[in-house]
Amino acid sequence: MNYHTPSTFEDAARLAGAAGGVTRFLAGGTDVLVQMRAGMVLPDDLIDLKKIPGVHDIARTADGGWRIGIAVPGAALGANAALVADWPGVVEGMELVGSTQVQGRATLAGNLCNGSPAADSVPGLIAAGATAEITGPGGTRSAPVEEIPAGPGKTTLAPGELISAILLPPRGKAGGDAYLRFIPRTEMDIAVAGCAVNLRLEGDTIAEARVALGAVAPRIALAPGCAAAIIGTTLDEAALAALDAAAQAACSPIDDKRGTVAFRTEVAGVLARRAAAIAYSRAKGE
Amino acid sequence: MAKDELSEFHLVGTRPLRPDGLDKVTGRARYGADVSMPGMLWGAVVRSPHAHARIVRIDASKAEALPGVKAVVTRADFPEGLTGENWNLQENTMAGERALYDGHAVAAVAATSALRAQEAARLIEVEYEVLPHVIDVDDAIRPDAPVIREGAADATVPEGSPPNVARYIEFGHGDTEAGFAKADLVRARSYKTEATHQGYIEPHACLGQLGADGKGEMWVCTQGQWFIRQMCSSVLGLEAAQLRVTPSEIGGGFGGKTTIFMEPLSLALSRKAGGRPVKIVMTRSEVLRATGPTASASMDVKIGMTKDGMITAADAEFRMQGGAFPGAPVDMALYCAFAPYKLPASRHVGYDVLANRPKCAAYRAPGSPMGAFAVESLIDEMCRELGLDPLDVRLKNAVKEGDRASYGPTFGSIGLVETLEAVKSHPNLELPLGPNQGRGIASGYWFNHSGETSVSLAISEDGTVQVSVGTPDIGGSRASIALMTAETLGIAYEDVRVNVVETGALGVNEPTHGSRATFASGKAAVIAARRAIAEMCRRAAAEWGIDAEAVEWANGAAQPAGPNAGKFPPMGIEEIAAKMGSTGGPISGHHESVPEGVGASFGCHVVDVEVDPETGRTTILRYLVVQDAGRAIHPSYVEGQFQGGAAQGIGWALNEAYVYGQDGRLQNAVFLDYRVPVASDLPMIDTQIVEVPNPGHPFGVRGVGETGITPPLPAIANAIEAAAGVRMRSLPMSPPKVLAAIKAAREG
Repeated sequence: MNYHTPSTFEDAARLAGAAGGVTRFLAGGTDVLVQMRAGMVLPDDLIDLKKIPGVHDIARTADGGWRIGIAVPGAALGANAALVADWPGVVEGMELVGSTQVQGRATLAGNLCNGSPAADSVPGLIAAGATAEITGPGGTRSAPVEEIPAGPGKTTLAPGELISAILLPPRGKAGGDAYLRFIPRTEMDIAVAGCAVNLRLEGDTIAEARVALGAVAPRIALAPGCAAAIIGTTLDEAALAALDAAAQAACSPIDDKRGTVAFRTEVAGVLARRAAAIAYSRAKGE
Repeated sequence: MAKDELSEFHLVGTRPLRPDGLDKVTGRARYGADVSMPGMLWGAVVRSPHAHARIVRIDASKAEALPGVKAVVTRADFPEGLTGENWNLQENTMAGERALYDGHAVAAVAATSALRAQEAARLIEVEYEVLPHVIDVDDAIRPDAPVIREGAADATVPEGSPPNVARYIEFGHGDTEAGFAKADLVRARSYKTEATHQGYIEPHACLGQLGADGKGEMWVCTQGQWFIRQMCSSVLGLEAAQLRVTPSEIGGGFGGKTTIFMEPLSLALSRKAGGRPVKIVMTRSEVLRATGPTASASMDVKIGMTKDGMITAADAEFRMQGGAFPGAPVDMALYCAFAPYKLPASRHVGYDVLANRPKCAAYRAPGSPMGAFAVESLIDEMCRELGLDPLDVRLKNAVKEGDRASYGPTFGSIGLVETLEAVKSHPNLELPLGPNQGRGIASGYWFNHSGETSVSLAISEDGTVQVSVGTPDIGGSRASIALMTAETLGIAYEDVRVNVVETGALGVNEPTHGSRATFASGKAAVIAARRAIAEMCRRAAAEWGIDAEAVEWANGAAQPAGPNAGKFPPMGIEEIAAKMGSTGGPISGHHESVPEGVGASFGCHVVDVEVDPETGRTTILRYLVVQDAGRAIHPSYVEGQFQGGAAQGIGWALNEAYVYGQDGRLQNAVFLDYRVPVASDLPMIDTQIVEVPNPGHPFGVRGVGETGITPPLPAIANAIEAAAGVRMRSLPMSPPKVLAAIKAAREG
């Protein structure tokens, strides 16, 4: 196994592009190292990105959004009061990953690239309208986060491509987001279903909304029907019922050791209602 | 360390620092995997990926050709002709003709590094012929089920029984039909519990060394070094005294480390590798696939009750599978199921059934939690139907000293009534409950156990005292034995060090199981201390020139028994110790026996839950454990045992289960998906220690480790019905099952 510590993303992309065998990028390492230890993957080339300048930084962008380095751990997101004030749903999703120890290492970019349909930080990013900055052999491009997952364990990134930053848009006024997941325990578990809601109010009425569902389909994805169910409403009982139904309709889960199709579908509707209520309340500044 | 002034004891009942605390919090404690030796090899085990398969061929040539590989063993390297449980142990250590469960060992390899050993294990080619398998106990007992082993039935099994029934048990008393006829309400219900793992944090680990001369040593994480010695010797055809076994510090056992799994493999590999020591450390996945959980159970219970709550008769038929070998604790389950109740008539029937799952091991009160789930649930259901208070009904039918137990013997001094009355007056019972919240109660029982015990105590030159015990400390026994020894000798707790010693140092000791360490090793240590006291009195008498009978021991010193004995200043233990070399030599005390006078322990738990009606998720709001300890030697450890039993029971009740695919493979062999409770799942568990001293122990100890896991399963089921209006009769009471029950009830 070759262990690399490139000092730029361009070098990292070059190394990955030239590598012939199994390649893994190392940010927090909370997935890759565990998989290596379990014998699930034995990389020929392990490219550690933590030495690249800027990867540990959380920065305001010129437009009032946020640029989050790919090695920023969940604990650092939670400690950034301004970021938490803007995007509490994004941060609470990331903070649900693993344990206190894992929070010291695990990253948004890593959670996204691991490709799990149950990744807790991804629905919040998608609902927020986050984009991924991608560096590859051909240069740098960006893509909405919802375009990255490609199915369990897979991403749409081309060989040699890697995420070099996560970008969050400006929060703006009267907005709120929230993420809820269902697990049988209180922590240290994988989502059986998850839902993130991001919305913006004009008065008491929802003017814009984005809803993303996790763990109920092969990919974490936007649920436009859910957004449509609550836009133009004050999130009254009828809107919540419509949201519940739309969330259930958007599910295409599997039966497995973590949950059944029926349970996942029903709980996705419950979580959508509850997350929307929290986002709405946050948007009102309550 | 504050002590009730009125107490008759100076130390017993206090809460000094635990002797293993500093080692454990600083990382200095040496666990099973922490021992290494020069020239050591690493072992890795090849395991069957099939639930049931004939082993057609094993080809290790590629592995053997790998540099650094020093030995490969298969069943062919083990002696033949074993019978009974020794054969079972050998077959479970290494599969013979057939792999009997997913994870069953089929070969093992030793190499110069752990990675090389794992690589070699992957290169060992095993050809299997997959056979039909059976997982669920009710499927396994069908007449047409795949046969796990021809001729497995022992003499107890009636002619014509289904092929996987290995043992049958039946007992009872009185006329049950007449009893049911006297009842105002008779109800019969069926209940199921899943197999659960003990979930100890430390995986099995050992370092074994065995020469061609048959002399060997082993360092191992175990609850019983003599059991390891006996079982390894039997499986490998060694002489027991030639194998010396040293137990490590232990990171949890709960019964699961009272037997062998991969330990003989390290010895077999070592012998084949020219006597180089071989270390084997299991992964968590190996622990879950291939070590012993408890059994799963399917149970039918029938109870008759009068409208004022008197039980008139009871009938129980339990079917339990404990894997591909006999040994499911169906007998224990039946003995304990009705133990808290005085029954006019009873009938108990049990089947021990084989299935393609790992060989079960002991798990904290083996069998008792399953029986309690069935019986304590049904009693709660009947109390609801009759509008009776479940605590009053338990008090009304409670067994007392002199009553005949449901399983035969007559109870001596027991504390069930005192326990139930303590529950009744506990403030938790008065706390208000909100919407979707409910309260459940249930009782539980464990016999407790004594067993072969050998303890030596020696006075050091400075008057401090070492105690050598053979029972590994899994729950505070070093602290409790030090307290009892110091109390007996009249010296400071800090002046006693209790060591858990290797097999070469004492006579045979049973493992720390059956909640016996503080009872049995503690009782033996007290007797050993008394013998040392007698000797110290003799030394003082000789110096004073008076009769030994005229000397008594008090406050850590020999002194004349009265004014007639003569006038001498007390001679302290330090003084006697300092000159023992010139007064007759070393002073020690020893005791070995199977101590008599075991005291049984009853408990009663009260749990408050909230059930989310939209997700079926149960939150434990509040939990109370009340249990008779006899006497709490170190109350913090006793409370810890109560809390630990409740925590494991909560996991068993709510989320823990072995999830098998259609192919018979275990799907959740990691802690991520084998869901033991995490700290944030549990409230601080309230405890109340009841003390009805056991007359069979010098300080009244009963043993407290196991009863605490018995009531949680039914207590939580009873609370869920109170909260959500649904009766869960199968475990785990996981959110999908509870939600489905809520929806079914809503849809009527």
